[in-house]
Amino acid sequence: MATTVDVNGRALSVNAAPDTPLLWVLRDELGMTGTKYGCGIAQCGACTVLIDGQAMRSCQMPVSAVGAAKVTTIEGLGGTHPLQEAWVKLDVPQCGYCQSGQIMSAVALLAANAKPDDAAITAAMDGNICRCGAYQRIRAAIKDAAAAPVATHAKV
Amino acid sequence: MNKPLDTLSAPTRRSLLVGATVVGGALLVGCSIPDVLSAGSKFKPGAFGPFLKLTADGTVTVVSKHIEFGQGSHAGLAAIVAEELDADWSKVVVEQAPANAKLYGTPMMFGMQGTGGSSAINSSWTLLRTAGAAARAMLVDAAAKTWGVPAAEITVSNGIVSHASGKQSGFGPLVAEAAKITPPEAPKLKDPKTFTLVGTNRVRRKDSLVKSNGSARYTQDVTLPDMLVAMVAHAPRFGATVKSFDDSAAKKVAGVFAVHKIATGVAVVANSTWAAKQGRDALKVEWDETKAEKRSSAQMLTAFKDLASGKTPAPEKKGWAAFDAKGDAATATAGTNALEIAYVFPFLAHATMEPMNCVAMVGKGPTRLVFGSQFPTLDQINTAKITTALPGSVDIETLFAGGSFGRRANFASDYVSECVHIAKKVGGGRPVKLVWTREDDMRAGYFRPMVHHTLRVTTDAEGYPATWRHRIVSQSIMKGSPAGTPKLDDSAIEGTKGSPYFKATPVVDAQLLIADTGVPVLWWRSVGATHTAYVMEHTIDQLAKRAGKDPVAYRRALYQKADAKRHLAVLNLAAEKAGWASPAPAGWTRGVAVHESFGSVVAQVAEVKMVDGQPKVGRVVTAIDCGTAISPDQIAAQMEGGTCYGLSAAMYGAITLTDGVVDQGNFDTYRVLRNSEAPTVETHILPSANPPTGVGEPGTPVIGPAVANAILALTGQPTLSQPFVKA
Repeated sequence: MATTVDVNGRALSVNAAPDTPLLWVLRDELGMTGTKYGCGIAQCGACTVLIDGQAMRSCQMPVSAVGAAKVTTIEGLGGTHPLQEAWVKLDVPQCGYCQSGQIMSAVALLAANAKPDDAAITAAMDGNICRCGAYQRIRAAIKDAAAAPVATHAKV
Repeated sequence: MNKPLDTLSAPTRRSLLVGATVVGGALLVGCSIPDVLSAGSKFKPGAFGPFLKLTADGTVTVVSKHIEFGQGSHAGLAAIVAEELDADWSKVVVEQAPANAKLYGTPMMFGMQGTGGSSAINSSWTLLRTAGAAARAMLVDAAAKTWGVPAAEITVSNGIVSHASGKQSGFGPLVAEAAKITPPEAPKLKDPKTFTLVGTNRVRRKDSLVKSNGSARYTQDVTLPDMLVAMVAHAPRFGATVKSFDDSAAKKVAGVFAVHKIATGVAVVANSTWAAKQGRDALKVEWDETKAEKRSSAQMLTAFKDLASGKTPAPEKKGWAAFDAKGDAATATAGTNALEIAYVFPFLAHATMEPMNCVAMVGKGPTRLVFGSQFPTLDQINTAKITTALPGSVDIETLFAGGSFGRRANFASDYVSECVHIAKKVGGGRPVKLVWTREDDMRAGYFRPMVHHTLRVTTDAEGYPATWRHRIVSQSIMKGSPAGTPKLDDSAIEGTKGSPYFKATPVVDAQLLIADTGVPVLWWRSVGATHTAYVMEHTIDQLAKRAGKDPVAYRRALYQKADAKRHLAVLNLAAEKAGWASPAPAGWTRGVAVHESFGSVVAQVAEVKMVDGQPKVGRVVTAIDCGTAISPDQIAAQMEGGTCYGLSAAMYGAITLTDGVVDQGNFDTYRVLRNSEAPTVETHILPSANPPTGVGEPGTPVIGPAVANAILALTGQPTLSQPFVKA
């Protein structure tokens, strides 16, 4: 079935069964492999993308449910988002596999709450598992990015 | 006890298996093992040797013989080369070595190329210093020749080669001339006191950018022309095989290309991941369970307990084996007022973020694998057995892996072999990507073994151990090795064996009994220490409590008796930084633990409180002696991450079986530590001039007992089984 999804500001045509999770459409159809498979049941957060600015688990969202919503993936952040820069500055990643999802959850958090406190950070980030245990640096990087000018991270 | 290299038992035992594989494989015909293992390889290193490439644009490429799966080894290895080369760190990049045991094997792994036992940095220290120093000498000679000045008058600093006359050059313009010079065999190495990069916070990861923008390439991300994706229906019980299957529904799924019966199940091959999963889920398979393990984990544990108590006699051939014995053992069962306790540890899944996967191309030219290979040589050997080829001819491109924690180092190359079998059926060299779902991964076994410890400790008039009787019942990890089950499997006793507390105790009677189950087991980050550190450290606090002594003071006395200087030093450092001498913050209780593994000694003081009946860990002060520190920031990262990995297991980790079927399948049933539960770890590194020792694993086993000791201080109750939070 051919359908169109808006990913990172581009209308892209995809050919997938309607029940195909958005995750596999992004990865296998569109070649955007930054969004990761980790559990398939919305438990680990590795597949987190933004749907109209909200952090959502793409492994549990059928492509048919996306409709006209705007999808933002890690590739859509451009590489110079303040959170990405903070991630590099603090050497947050270890194996790195979960980090796309971590960053997308953090983007949604800062868009809603420009200066989150510890409780707000862990509440927003608890759906994202990191088996390497980079949690402490994830918290620190979010705080580091939150100190950046608000306008640069509120636009996504 | 205080010599780091004496305790690097893991690489030593891992080395045995390769020798056995090669000998057992009848490949050894009058040539060296590395020659055999690399036979068929066409790879040739360049002018600067196998570990370094210099190019005219000034880029310094360090070739890593070790995989990067989180522990920062790429940055550490690159820094060692860059230090001796006096390179500009910003121009240093890291490239993954191809699979070639002769060039990239590790002597203490019997020549096998692989990563494990927290040994990447230790095993590369002199090798890479030499590689860097040799290339530096070649650049200096090239400059001397070009400029017509004596080499002795040339200096190199931060990537610039200079002469007092004012002549200077980056590395790039000198590379062509330097490449013509024969590398010196024994170049002069720097005095470590003059290091300008190693040991500083300038040693940063080289992969943070690609791991923050989605472009880092993992096995899961491999896309090749005509590639097919495979998923496999595996038996629900270990040891079962395919009896029959009906693939009619699977073949009706759009995108399904073929269905193949293989040794480990039934594989569905499709043109996309989702189609492969739909097809796999539509299979109807009947299993032959004649030889399957049908016991529950609770029954296995009862069997272990009965062996420990003697209710079930030990098998004659594989009976109890002593690993520490001194003094009159009879006294260890005598005396009164002994501390008599038993500890229970469950199976644990590694649960890496990236489930196991592999890409293989078989049937056109040499077999090629693309994936996160932890032990390329082993994966070459196992692949070569399936494709009937020379091991060295199997080409492996090693990618980043989304964690391993031991899982990707497997004697049978389990998931690799499965992928190669499927790719062989597909044939024609067509790429096949095997994808395991989370459930496939969690139910495939290769768990940290279930372990049972029984102790009886009597004390002297001052409350210190006088006699120590110790019995361990565990499955053998080494049983999976080609050498078979050793009577004394080091991986089940390391950390108990060699403990300073044994050294400080006059009478010790410590024995191991290997018990079997049908569940495959494997090393799991920090291996034996995952349970031995807990048993030794939590027991010590119970003994200190009975003696009415402070746990830090009690340990100090024992370390002095045992002459365990490194233990004493990290204990003192952690206690000082944690403010042990002053009261803990209101509402928090401190617990301490110290353990040596992989040549490093780690002490932790954890601040703990009980929230809704469950421990909550706040600040964790860590002190580590890991010899020469290469990257202090990455050592801290490993202490932070290792602590979370160990705490996750201690708090929640358990794989259980009901009638032989694994009860857990995903993160909803196999609970792991999340951000709000992760402590804040502070790391202090003990200054040392010794060679570097491991950091990937030693941070994992200490937090469990530190937390249990805080709970003991708070409630007066020991915690004798893991996990702390029962499902």
